[in-house]
Amino acid sequence: MTNKRILAIETSCDETSAAVIEDGKTILSNIVASQVKSHQRFGGVVPEIASRHHVEQITLIIEEAMHEAGVRYDELDAVAVTEGPGLVGALLIGVNAAKAIAFAHSLPLIAVNHIKGHIFANQLIAEMKFPLLSLVVSGGHTELIYMSSPDSFEIIGETRDDAAGEAYDKIGRVIGVPYPGGKHIDDMAHRGEDTYNFPRAMMHEDNYDFSFSGLKSSFINTVHNARQKGEEINSEDLATSFQAAVTDVLVAKTIRAAKEKQVEQLVLAGGVAANKGLRHALTQAVEEELPDVELLIPPLTLCGDNAAMIGAAAFVQLENNTFSDFSLNGKPGLSV
Amino acid sequence: MKILGIDTSNQVMSVALVEDSTLLVERVVNIKRNHSIQLMPAIEALFKEAGWEPGDIDRVAVSKGPGSYTGVRIGVTVAKTLAFSLDTELVGVSSLHVLAGNGERIPDSYIVPLFDARRNNIYTGLYHYKENICVPAEPDTHVSVEVWADYLKTLQAPIQFIGSDIHKHRDLLVDKLGSQFIELPMSRHYPRASVLAEIARTLEPVNTHLFEPEYLKLAEAEQNWMEAHPDQSQGGGWIEKL
Repeated sequence: MTNKRILAIETSCDETSAAVIEDGKTILSNIVASQVKSHQRFGGVVPEIASRHHVEQITLIIEEAMHEAGVRYDELDAVAVTEGPGLVGALLIGVNAAKAIAFAHSLPLIAVNHIKGHIFANQLIAEMKFPLLSLVVSGGHTELIYMSSPDSFEIIGETRDDAAGEAYDKIGRVIGVPYPGGKHIDDMAHRGEDTYNFPRAMMHEDNYDFSFSGLKSSFINTVHNARQKGEEINSEDLATSFQAAVTDVLVAKTIRAAKEKQVEQLVLAGGVAANKGLRHALTQAVEEELPDVELLIPPLTLCGDNAAMIGAAAFVQLENNTFSDFSLNGKPGLSV
Repeated sequence: MKILGIDTSNQVMSVALVEDSTLLVERVVNIKRNHSIQLMPAIEALFKEAGWEPGDIDRVAVSKGPGSYTGVRIGVTVAKTLAFSLDTELVGVSSLHVLAGNGERIPDSYIVPLFDARRNNIYTGLYHYKENICVPAEPDTHVSVEVWADYLKTLQAPIQFIGSDIHKHRDLLVDKLGSQFIELPMSRHYPRASVLAEIARTLEPVNTHLFEPEYLKLAEAEQNWMEAHPDQSQGGGWIEKL
């Protein structure tokens, strides 16, 4: 059997990325161009500016991915692209570039769900085993997804309001750390103590859903009240307390779901998977409570948005012959 | 020379295959549809009809704006990715120039293409025929209709107005310009990729990787940011390889 190679493209938010992946698990190249410096000027991602940057970068990034992989177009088996969810104008750049390459070189076109991509980032570090539970945490998503097989995705729990990453960015703004706030809060959290005892919303409820807006409000009220009274705020203790509240709930519900579903593997996925506090807490909890379950956590380079994970997820669809035609469009609200 | 022409800069989608100075096949669609859905299937269908393979083309020609930001980006992304991955030439043409190419060769007259840009503004330009070729007499601009009409008045020459958005501004233009105002028949108001390909045949190819749309307007957030940070450079250095 010869190796199957996929050129994958990802432009769903503020990273332009292209990768060449072999057999869904080996990274031949994974080029990521981040626009974060540009959007820092505005305190968050501006969709129109993200789209403009993607057009500027797209062919450069694809060329670099092909060059680094040392692969010609006639050595590819498919072109894959993120179709959603994401910013529609940003998605359209990747989708149209992928269609152009598929047409130009007579390659099958594979449309990939961005969230499935995040889960399949784990396939690039170890073989995924089923049944599997994935905790997906990012700026736009907080979901527990149960997979009985590589192409079956069941959302068994999700956030009812803010995504975890979104809450991080919002409270980051309140205490004045640069966008994106998550990384800064994570760093600060390692220097303080959990003194504020923020609420652990829905932690003991009999479901796998999450809620972070109450925690966010509680945080913001604490800061505003202290400022009004002229009391000193310890930002590091605040960060530690916030992070503890987030990770306590995420970890408790994930462990409970993994036990009930009797999974082989537990995998962490999404941009917030880069959070050191969450990685540590989940690792410790699995060691103590689920000694027979294998925990996969992607390396930091594969937590943020990247095309390698799209190529890994696309491989399942290549094997199943699940292809798209040239009318493929961006789908900003696509669910798994 | 085999040229693929693509214009998705406004509501109309037009795609054409042109060989030297011969039009082989063209599609013009003025139905409100998503360009992202219809463009690639149209390109594929036209190649099939002409019996061309993607690798046969020598040049990709695309309308580079101004116009709908998303529409322009869809055309430009498809064009630059095709040109880059087929290692063929890329030429960008102003979408206003493409419209102006629908004008008549009337001696001592000008051609003014326009698209509505909301809030009484338009994207427009000033074109005329020189040695049998339609060329710009002024750079394209984003301007208020009123200011533009006052300027055109000073030219003291007949002006052919082209574009399906003219009806939005006809009263004001006629009022200001009187008998200078010339309106062309209906079929001239829609961009045609064959006209684009013909203009592109006379232009020099661009650097594909560096090619980007000409929006003629900064994004609103960027405009505001620049006004608040007059001392900082506008561009460059915003993208980092991870």
